[in-house]
Amino acid sequence: MGSWDTFVQQVFNGLVLGSLYALIALGYTMVYGIVNLINFAHGDVLMVGALTALSAVALAHGLAPGIPGWGLMLIGMLAAVPVCVLISLLMERVAYRPLRNAPRLAPLITAIGVSILLQTLAMIIWGRNHRTFPQLLSSDPIAIGPATVTVTKLLVVALSAIIMVALLLLVQRTRLGRAMRATAENPRVAALMGVNPNAVIAATFAIGAALAAVAGVMYASLYSVAHFYMGFIPGLKAFTAAVLGGIGNIPGAMLGGILLGLIEALGAGYIDQFSDGLFGSNYQDVFAFIVLCAVLILRPSGLLGERVADRA
Amino acid sequence: MARDLVLNVSGISKRFGGLQALQEVGLRIERQQIYGLIGPNGAGKTTFFNVVTGLVRPDAGTFQLEGRAYEPTSVHRVAAAGIARTFQNIRLFAEMTALENVMVGRHVRTHCGALASVLRTRGARREEEQIRQRSGELLEYVGIGRLGHLQARTLSYGDQRRLEIARALATDPKLLALDEPAAGMNATEKIDLRALLERIRADGITILLIEHDVKLVMGLCDQVTVLDEGRIIKEGSPGQVQHDPAVIEAYLGRAHVPV
Amino acid sequence: MASFGGTDPHRRAALAATALIAVVLLVLPLAAGWLGPAWVRTLAFAALYVMLALGLNIVVGFAGLLDLGYIAFYAVGAYTFALLASPHLTDNFPSIARTFPDGLHVPIWAAIPLGAAIAAAFGVLLGAPVLKLRGDYLAIVTLGFGEIIRIFLNNLNAPINLTNGPQGITLIDPVRIGPLRFDHGASVFGLALSSLQLYYYLFTALALLCILVCVRLQDSRLGRAWMAIREDEIAAKAMGINVRNVKLLAFGLGATFGGVSGSMFAAFQGFVSPESFSLMESVIVLSMIVLGGLGHIPGVILGAVMLSVFPELLRHTVGPMQTQLFGRILIDTEVLRMLLYGVALVLIMLYRPKGLWPAPQHGVAPRGVAQPPPMPPAAAA
Repeated sequence: MGSWDTFVQQVFNGLVLGSLYALIALGYTMVYGIVNLINFAHGDVLMVGALTALSAVALAHGLAPGIPGWGLMLIGMLAAVPVCVLISLLMERVAYRPLRNAPRLAPLITAIGVSILLQTLAMIIWGRNHRTFPQLLSSDPIAIGPATVTVTKLLVVALSAIIMVALLLLVQRTRLGRAMRATAENPRVAALMGVNPNAVIAATFAIGAALAAVAGVMYASLYSVAHFYMGFIPGLKAFTAAVLGGIGNIPGAMLGGILLGLIEALGAGYIDQFSDGLFGSNYQDVFAFIVLCAVLILRPSGLLGERVADRA
Repeated sequence: MARDLVLNVSGISKRFGGLQALQEVGLRIERQQIYGLIGPNGAGKTTFFNVVTGLVRPDAGTFQLEGRAYEPTSVHRVAAAGIARTFQNIRLFAEMTALENVMVGRHVRTHCGALASVLRTRGARREEEQIRQRSGELLEYVGIGRLGHLQARTLSYGDQRRLEIARALATDPKLLALDEPAAGMNATEKIDLRALLERIRADGITILLIEHDVKLVMGLCDQVTVLDEGRIIKEGSPGQVQHDPAVIEAYLGRAHVPV
Repeated sequence: MASFGGTDPHRRAALAATALIAVVLLVLPLAAGWLGPAWVRTLAFAALYVMLALGLNIVVGFAGLLDLGYIAFYAVGAYTFALLASPHLTDNFPSIARTFPDGLHVPIWAAIPLGAAIAAAFGVLLGAPVLKLRGDYLAIVTLGFGEIIRIFLNNLNAPINLTNGPQGITLIDPVRIGPLRFDHGASVFGLALSSLQLYYYLFTALALLCILVCVRLQDSRLGRAWMAIREDEIAAKAMGINVRNVKLLAFGLGATFGGVSGSMFAAFQGFVSPESFSLMESVIVLSMIVLGGLGHIPGVILGAVMLSVFPELLRHTVGPMQTQLFGRILIDTEVLRMLLYGVALVLIMLYRPKGLWPAPQHGVAPRGVAQPPPMPPAAAA
């Protein structure tokens, strides 16, 4: 396989990864845009989605073994989304809303607490061990040019694209979207215009959670594994993506996600090659962290974000 | 005629995106003057302050403090050089006591480091005692000596403003820059403030102040510069400025200019 | 306090309290030893955590910088000691083996300062680029740094074996003071003290030293500068405080505490591996200071002791209780411990954000004084 082929393959891998990161990043960016909070527990919402889907799929398959793979996948998502939305709304209502006017550190610490809570609850319900997420869709390799993909990978990219377009339409064209944008800009004035900020904020959390749920199911399908700690790294990387694109900026999150996926796939792939496997996949996660630190230090407003100066 | 200029800045320009906030603004303040900077809302007064004290980087300008050039790039270095300021929206250290607030002001003129503090060397203890004493004196000086042990955010509005001045004085400034020190004060408080500022001046410190209360400015200031939309429209004595048609127009509109 | 003499009732009370605490601290491990070695071990770890909590308190509580990767400094201290006082380097690097034919056994009086210094160096290196960042961003970046260090510790076994990867470094020397070898226990003043008890006394002594340092720093020029930065960074700058350097100092000093406790941990445990230095550990230390009282030294100590001892209490009560009630362990105590940390963090932030033992409020202005009026009509000047 020549270097061009490797390149194309890595680009595809990057797109797949990046689509997932984009979906998760959207949750971070929307919440940050509207309440100025880094929802530390967002990655764990993804985890809950994946594990819920796992249980739902196992249950459905047990009840009706004839259901085809894609049907089970659908069932998994249909189960994961409401559970995640519910948890997210609960989180917002109980842990974040009371602290909306508290000093900055308070909601961040609370978010860490919520994250731990979700992880331990998952540990209790689903155990500590890695659980295998079944191969629901065919894993036959499909050749697209010089690259090899699977149905799952194609689904990830396609579904993410559809969802992102839908979200953009929602934000730009619907009443809710307008309300969200208004509240993000100036909640008090938005309230004066008749927008219910609590409802809008709750809706934002809900949408983010739904996206995370879908991303969780797909993540688990891609890697065939689900466990209580699986949300941490993707969550952190997705946050990196959101910051890369400009936190609070929705197209930015999408761009950042795809970009980060590409950087990670290409970077890890090539370093792996150059170092004969020494500094390869082990350090893959380090890439995302380095990007995170670099962006926050050098250009904290991200690629599409606006520069905010500090006024006296 | 060699004037003893404490502050000599000129040619200051600053653009924020599409807005030219300051255009070729300059000031010359002589020692122990009380210099007023006035102008309608949005004229650029606080921006000017921010530039001179290093909070905002100008696009152009030359800066001299007591004849020596300085680069207003670093806020803490400007403070060390000798310009202390207060803020339009009081910026006290809310959870610290009044005394501690003023003690922080002494930071820049003292030098006890971490090691000396941990070891409680004789020098450290002596310096700490000096800081405490001087801070207490400054609280007395501005008239809130009894309130030193109280948390800053619990002080009344007028007392908070005095505290901010005491804290600024603690840095032993050559120039005291006050951003709307009389804002929100009633008539009595303004009289007290005026007396305090006169006393500060008499004790050798030069004062630059932004103010909206025209009466206060006219009674207190030796020289006044009027800004409007980023430009100087008049400088001179209060009497000269008060009746200048351009100034009246800026504040009240063309219709009010006496024909 | 410039008052003299034991006639002052406050001073007498303070002296009495100090004496009482001293006696309790001296006797505690002996009483605990009676209950079982696990309890003494818990006390020793509590002292270590007190040091860690005090260090993080300098960073988060005094200077207001949220560091989520603090455990990295603990790791640096631990691995520094591990490398300097174990056969790892001599086993893997012939040149070092030749230079030190008797093996590397750096004595404790050199190892602790070294661990502190290297951790401080890391603190400055990591802090320099990021301290200008805003609160939540700083938190995430420091979290990232902590994870990066853990990943490197986990993977630096190739091409050169520096950290021995996930297996960690073993056979680390115990603490040796004169003829006393801490892993063997000793007879002191006629009392037979176990190894664990010896370590307890050492760690408690170190912790007391740390407390002294923190108290002195708090009421100093530097301590005030930290608090000023925490309250209002711009006003602090306007008062001539070199905010960047002062923040770095907080970061570096906090790291030093981590380094010292880390090196002690390595000696105590005899081995180190990357999994002792996960994000969860950073969160645990953070929980301790948040629970106890951010920025308030007694509160921080309380939080550290509570969150060290409580899980042990749990292990000894909830485990058997579950077996009695349900016939088996439903919830593993480890999981329960984590669950409680999460709940504690959330509840504290919601209902007692200043912690269980916050700093006493300074005097409030007497009633009758009008509340500060709202800001004057915003005059954009």
